[in-house]
Amino acid sequence: MLQLIRSAEGLSRGEKSLSSEKSVNEQRRMLVVSTGAVGAAGALAAVSTLLMSMAPSERAKAAGAPVEVDLAKLEPGMLITEEWRGKPVWILHRTDDMLSKLGETKDLVSDPDSKLPMQPEYATNVERSIKPEYLVLVGICTHLGCSPTQKLEAGEASGLGADWSGGFFCPCHGSKFDLAGRVYKGVPAPANLEVPPHQFLSDSRLLIGDDAARS
Amino acid sequence: MLTPVTTWIDERFPMSKMVREHLTEYYAPKNFNFWYFFGGLAIFVLGIQILSGIFLTMHYKPDADKAFASVEYIMRDVPLGWLIRYVHSTGASLFFVVIYLHMFRALLYGSYRKPRELLWIFGMVIYLCLMAEAFFGYLLPWGQMSYWGAQVIVNLFGAVPLIGPDLAVWIRGDYVVSDATLSRFFALHVIAVPIALLGLVVAHILSLHEVGSNNPDGIDIKKNKDPISGKPLDGIPFHPYYTVKDIFGLVIFMIIFAFIVFFAPEMGGYFLEHNNFIPADPLKTPDHIAPVWYFTPFYSILRAVPPMFGSQFPGVLAMGGAVVILFFLPWLDRSPVRSIRYKGPLFKISLTIFVASFLLLGYLGLKPTNIWGQLGGADVATVVAQLCTVLYFMFFISLPIVSILDRTKVEPDRVTS
Repeated sequence: MLQLIRSAEGLSRGEKSLSSEKSVNEQRRMLVVSTGAVGAAGALAAVSTLLMSMAPSERAKAAGAPVEVDLAKLEPGMLITEEWRGKPVWILHRTDDMLSKLGETKDLVSDPDSKLPMQPEYATNVERSIKPEYLVLVGICTHLGCSPTQKLEAGEASGLGADWSGGFFCPCHGSKFDLAGRVYKGVPAPANLEVPPHQFLSDSRLLIGDDAARS
Repeated sequence: MLTPVTTWIDERFPMSKMVREHLTEYYAPKNFNFWYFFGGLAIFVLGIQILSGIFLTMHYKPDADKAFASVEYIMRDVPLGWLIRYVHSTGASLFFVVIYLHMFRALLYGSYRKPRELLWIFGMVIYLCLMAEAFFGYLLPWGQMSYWGAQVIVNLFGAVPLIGPDLAVWIRGDYVVSDATLSRFFALHVIAVPIALLGLVVAHILSLHEVGSNNPDGIDIKKNKDPISGKPLDGIPFHPYYTVKDIFGLVIFMIIFAFIVFFAPEMGGYFLEHNNFIPADPLKTPDHIAPVWYFTPFYSILRAVPPMFGSQFPGVLAMGGAVVILFFLPWLDRSPVRSIRYKGPLFKISLTIFVASFLLLGYLGLKPTNIWGQLGGADVATVVAQLCTVLYFMFFISLPIVSILDRTKVEPDRVTS
């Protein structure tokens, strides 16, 4: 430290500069390196402050409360969309006919047994649901986050060909999902639609975003 | 010439020196043609965008609750606000028209070849900044296409292995595209990227003036200098010769610009998409979404690549690679000649296929994947896009071989007319 101070004093007195000497002045080099290191640490601190300020704010983190849905008015074959954490969540009341279609699409989808962790443990079944008739899905395509269009009706009327078994079609990049949100083979989306954590508070009351009582 | 005022300035700032170096004594080849309008036009459009942007900022509100309405306010209530906004939105599209033609010129005449590699790289970085600028700006009206376009592009970063999901959250500043995203995109669009763009344009021009302009013959005019004056025999001063020529091009360009602004500002949904006149709805994606036309070739590539190993990252990689590979052009082209005028049939065929696949990818990117129906269980359009993607990359991958095998013609000593 003393050496550093001395060499700094040397600089201020206008002693012979570094370039005029043949050998490297170790003290001066030490000064340059330590100044550089302190400066770099300061710059790093400044940059990381700025970058960290771009992370979600406390307010954004706090906005994610569970959503309660009344299913009493949801007729078989109907779908409603609820907002949870800013995302669309679909609740589809599947008919027996719709459920039977899941057998048809079994060989067309890439993950029929839901092996990828796109759903809670309790929805890892063919229907991908707690109660077979109620399908709860995050309506966001696993490809790049568009919200797929509902093409629930099977057949030609869907616009997806006569052999369409009903499901969801993503308009952005053409991914297709069946009536359990399972992704078709050969489309851009790599995984089934996500099943959010949810639980039934009673026969007709659904809570999305909280499954504490189940586990 | 030297008034007391210029003398006073020159003693304090190298004004006359700069004018000489960059205008009156910057010798550009005398054989510039139509393709050499676009560099100057790009600077002009940059000026238009900055100027119109400043005045839009005076009325626009970067707030998710107010943004859409503030744009409509500009369109309906601000005096001549509609004009300023249409100039800005038309300028964005025409910026890309001009830049694509400017880049194609470099491809035609080998303007990226040594010693212009760094000039080309500066240009490519400008192109990247321009894409970022257009993307950030497109979110600001907070319409349906703004919202879902941003959603898709930010999710591209989410596909990066390991850090992806956290990266996407960090970019958005929220778990979904929200007010936080809008505010930061506004900051980047009006401050950060424009400053970077201006600096890069200066670097681009300084490095151009260091190495000198290329020309349609692709030969070096510095090889033939007047023995007495030392000026290139085939060069003419940029000012007044090319300033006058550029003004002519500028007038034609402004006529086209004005025609679009006044008669077809939406350009049938290609410059301003119809769905963007609907306020952003996080719960519903429009039935058909496509990016604005200038992004569609790359968007098509993204869509064409199927997921591999349970991840969509390969598609993202291909899309990024399609842009990044352009950076390497100076080192991929090994032809003994620069200009297409002296290159052989192999390169001409290769370039034609490349341009055709780029345009076809661009067209397909505007349309849904089922536009050409199905064949054997696969969308025809997707298969065609996959083929075009392969052809797009083949142009670059085969270029070292094509440019060596090709039968080139002998370059002349002096530029032709």
